[in-house]
Amino acid sequence: MLEVSKVSKRFGGVVATDDVTLSVAKGEVHALIGPNGAGKTTLIAQIAGSLPSDSGRIVFDGADVTDATQHERVRFGFARSYQVTSVFKRFTVLDNLALAAQARSGSSFSFWRPVAAERALIDEARAYAEEIGLARKEHFVAATLAHGEQRALEVGIAIATRPKFVLLDEPMAGMGPEDSQRMIELIERIRARVTVLLVEHDMDAVFRLADRISVLVNGRVIASGMPAEVRANEEVKRAYLGDEVPA
Amino acid sequence: MARYRTLVAGALLAALALPFVLRATGHDFQIVFAARIMIYAIAAASLNLAIGYGGMISFGHAAFFGGGAYMVGILAAEGVHSAWLAWPAAVAVAALAALMVGALSLATRGVYFIMITLAFAQMFYYVFVSLEAYGGDDGMSLAQRSGLGFGLDPSDDITWYYVVLVLMVAVLYLLHRLIHSRFGRVIVAIRENESRAEAIGFPVYRYKLACFVISGAIAGLAGALVANHANYVSPSLLHWMQSGTLMIMVILGGVGRFWGAPIGAFVMLALEETLSGSGVLGAYSVHWQLPVGIIMLAIVMYAPRGIAGAFRGRNA
Repeated sequence: MLEVSKVSKRFGGVVATDDVTLSVAKGEVHALIGPNGAGKTTLIAQIAGSLPSDSGRIVFDGADVTDATQHERVRFGFARSYQVTSVFKRFTVLDNLALAAQARSGSSFSFWRPVAAERALIDEARAYAEEIGLARKEHFVAATLAHGEQRALEVGIAIATRPKFVLLDEPMAGMGPEDSQRMIELIERIRARVTVLLVEHDMDAVFRLADRISVLVNGRVIASGMPAEVRANEEVKRAYLGDEVPA
Repeated sequence: MARYRTLVAGALLAALALPFVLRATGHDFQIVFAARIMIYAIAAASLNLAIGYGGMISFGHAAFFGGGAYMVGILAAEGVHSAWLAWPAAVAVAALAALMVGALSLATRGVYFIMITLAFAQMFYYVFVSLEAYGGDDGMSLAQRSGLGFGLDPSDDITWYYVVLVLMVAVLYLLHRLIHSRFGRVIVAIRENESRAEAIGFPVYRYKLACFVISGAIAGLAGALVANHANYVSPSLLHWMQSGTLMIMVILGGVGRFWGAPIGAFVMLALEETLSGSGVLGAYSVHWQLPVGIIMLAIVMYAPRGIAGAFRGRNA
């Protein structure tokens, strides 16, 4: 589904990502882990298309998207969520989701017909509100939601664009155990239809969800494989996991 | 919602009846003044689309406004007097100018966008100042208002009032449709969160440029009307102070509030008209700008979301 090969990004003298090669297979949940400063944020931006790469190639679902802009990648079935919640704060839950659905259904250079009368968009938005557990709050303005709910909406907007592939950037960021549990359940539900690249610090979540794990340290992928292999990898233990590894 | 509709219908009826009321009470001059307010309401509404909905703080809308006015003036000087030719030409020229300015400015954000649009507008201003063939610094007079055909006499104040009213209502209706369309939803989303709008698949630059061009085109229409209204065009229509006046109207009325622009145009021009005459301030009326400034300051302090924003929560 996603083939990242030998991708690099330098900022002045600092090498943020260094010949990163990463392969995400169709249908899997692939976790990307690594300590702070490992280059995860840069790599995510390169994959999403908001930051051009200095070198390397990115192939998405058979198409070379190396030079494609961010919005063009969405046409190929790409979606992402953000580590720092980035929803449309003054829109209602339903309008947030309807907007995302609108992005992938027909042209939005439509100047006359009221969007609020488009039943198909509203019905679709309702279905996503239900899926992310916000059906009862669909008319709430996003800014008024609790943190955990905003995080759910954050992921909801990404999946409402009906992607084939979704990049979830620390979906559990700042969450308590209950909200985390709900987020894990949400990802369990969407994995049946969407390939997931999960960037996450919560190791319980990573080992519960991931089919495969890649470890990024100092801008390089030092290990990639089944959770058991990665857990047993000496280099990974030294660089990152330490005694955080669940027994 | 029902109350809102009643209010709008009431305002429309009042606007329809106004010329006859003014004539019957011997205030004929005010008919012309009311038409002027409506022309500025169109111009301010165009700017409100860019600033309030599109989040593009243009400090150069005088270029499109004045450009439209000059198009009518130049065509009149060359012997074209039909409004059916001159007004679409004014709209087209303003749209083209907005396309050019927008294409080059929209790569920048925030204060840089404000400065670049200002710079472009001043550039156009100096072009018209040096255009000696069409009056240069002094501007030029138009022999007559653009003709409309159908037996309408645009030099008749009441006829002119209704022409302007019809166009203002048409523009407001068009903007209302636009704001609530798919396109409108996207430009508001871009204003709210540009990077997320891009990330869910909207080509942000294209939407902003389209919005800017529509806004510029409407400003051009207002410019065409202002040229006909006064039978006079001058470079001051393109001066940055004109951009500033439009911006103040939008801010007073309510940025991103549908009725903000017409309300702002009315309040601003009514204040100017009342206080600059000798009726209220007497001999001190030469200093009319001081009380206008103080009143504006009070409005902005006590109604930071503008007059329309102070009255309504959501829909306005």
